Amino acid sequence: MSPLLDIENLRVTFPTRQGEFEAVRGVSFTLGRERLGIVGESGSGKSMTGRAILRLIRPPGRIEADRMELDGRDMLGMSEKQMQGVRGQKISMVMQDPKFSLNPVMRIGEQIIEIYRFHTKAPRKAAWAKAIEMLEAVSIRDPERVMRAYPHEMSGGMGQRIMIAMMLVTEPEILIADEPTSALDVSVQSSVLTIIDKLVRERGMGLIFISHDLNLVASFCDRVLIMYAGRIVEVCEAGKLHEATHPYTRGLLNSLPRLDAPQHRLQALTRDPAWSLDPSVSGRK
Amino acid sequence: MSDLEFNDLNVWFGEDHDRVDAVRNASFTVPSGASFGLVGESGSGKSTILRALVGLIPTWSGSIRVGGVELGKKRARGFFKDVQMVFQDPYASLHPRHSVDAVLGETLKLHGFDDIDRRIGKLLADVGLGPAFRFRYPHQLSGGQRQRVAVARALAPEPSVLLLDEPTSALDVSVQAEVLNLLADLRQQRQLTYLMVSHNLAVVAHMCDEIAVMQNGEIVEVMGVKEMRALQPVHPYTRHLLESSMGYKPVEDLAAVK
Repeated sequence: MSPLLDIENLRVTFPTRQGEFEAVRGVSFTLGRERLGIVGESGSGKSMTGRAILRLIRPPGRIEADRMELDGRDMLGMSEKQMQGVRGQKISMVMQDPKFSLNPVMRIGEQIIEIYRFHTKAPRKAAWAKAIEMLEAVSIRDPERVMRAYPHEMSGGMGQRIMIAMMLVTEPEILIADEPTSALDVSVQSSVLTIIDKLVRERGMGLIFISHDLNLVASFCDRVLIMYAGRIVEVCEAGKLHEATHPYTRGLLNSLPRLDAPQHRLQALTRDPAWSLDPSVSGRK
Repeated sequence: MSDLEFNDLNVWFGEDHDRVDAVRNASFTVPSGASFGLVGESGSGKSTILRALVGLIPTWSGSIRVGGVELGKKRARGFFKDVQMVFQDPYASLHPRHSVDAVLGETLKLHGFDDIDRRIGKLLADVGLGPAFRFRYPHQLSGGQRQRVAVARALAPEPSVLLLDEPTSALDVSVQAEVLNLLADLRQQRQLTYLMVSHNLAVVAHMCDEIAVMQNGEIVEVMGVKEMRALQPVHPYTRHLLESSMGYKPVEDLAAVK
């Protein structure tokens, strides 16, 4: 089966006064109909990779790649107009905090309808019905009331579910979730993840799940890319993350306090400068 | 050394029908030299207890005792020498235009120390920062280094009680390990009493001896770390929290979740 997304040697560069800074340095991976996790610390380039896929890096930042294909179509050569047909319709993105990604002065229903009609040109009435259906799909009780509510009336978990509903209303092929549950409480976290999981499986979508939480990714995804300093240092099956071999991955795993295994001291991560020099591991299948 | 004793603590915001009871009838004690954790979700009132203790919220009733002394409406100057707080976000809690030297120097001066120069050097060494960091500004420091400065500032008046409000939730896991190790070492060296707030149960289990679980402003369960590690909570809410912190598990009844 050909992959949904095929990326080879992706680079994101920002010019600074001290010369060029490469936030992402030669990352290659493919995405099929699977749940792909990207983990790493802040500054490792994981969010930049997600944004680069949607070409959301503003100049003077630059995106370069040997190959960046969506269903076999080259994305780097697309015009801005063509990209608008990709963003939201083919590839959607859920950001970290719903407080900042929902428009505070627009009713929730209007926001969902706007995005749906932008991509499908459907009549208002059909869009309203579709929005209600999506809100039901993310397990929101009383969707009629929520449609007329403003974002500040919603809790964090509800807000994030609304974001997911909004992002999936156009039935995209790929969902990029950038730390979708980091701003949420642990108990709400599992319900939001269950919803993402269910929709991704039912619709046969590809999911890129960006997170800094190793345990979460290990239990939620199928395959994991571990990023360090703009490169992929290791690729492994999510279920086998705890058997990872790269010293960086091991270091991250060992620095976590664990409920089931008390330690007297936590292991601090000692960084080896050689890690950032090693070539990026390919996550292509 | 000081022990903490909370009895029937109530904290509220607003008046009459706008009144919100953020903490209701909270009672617990932290023995001197112990480390006590408060866990719960956002809005459960855990940080509010810390803020009421240091006097940041005037609307509370009940009794709070520090080292056997009942706290009144106003905190004496000596109180702040004895009780210090480390805040959640080192990006927000340090003044962007004050150097590390100014931050620590100001605190020391306020508390009436005179050998300030020597003390700043010692404080920086104690939190694992070299003298090279002394004249830096917060933007020249990483998140972990900033939190070390915040810890150094809290240690400056030589307190016996440290209140930790989510001290590592803004940090990466590798940096979190360093800061937690530092806090554990400092507690041992200085016989400090810790009252720590966190939503991360693994962090609290690592740092604390005893834990209070809060929900909607009430303490639903106080338990030892052993019981928690054995996953033997009494209250269903605690079980729910413990299960959710163990990684992803699909929720069966989505409609039942708020």
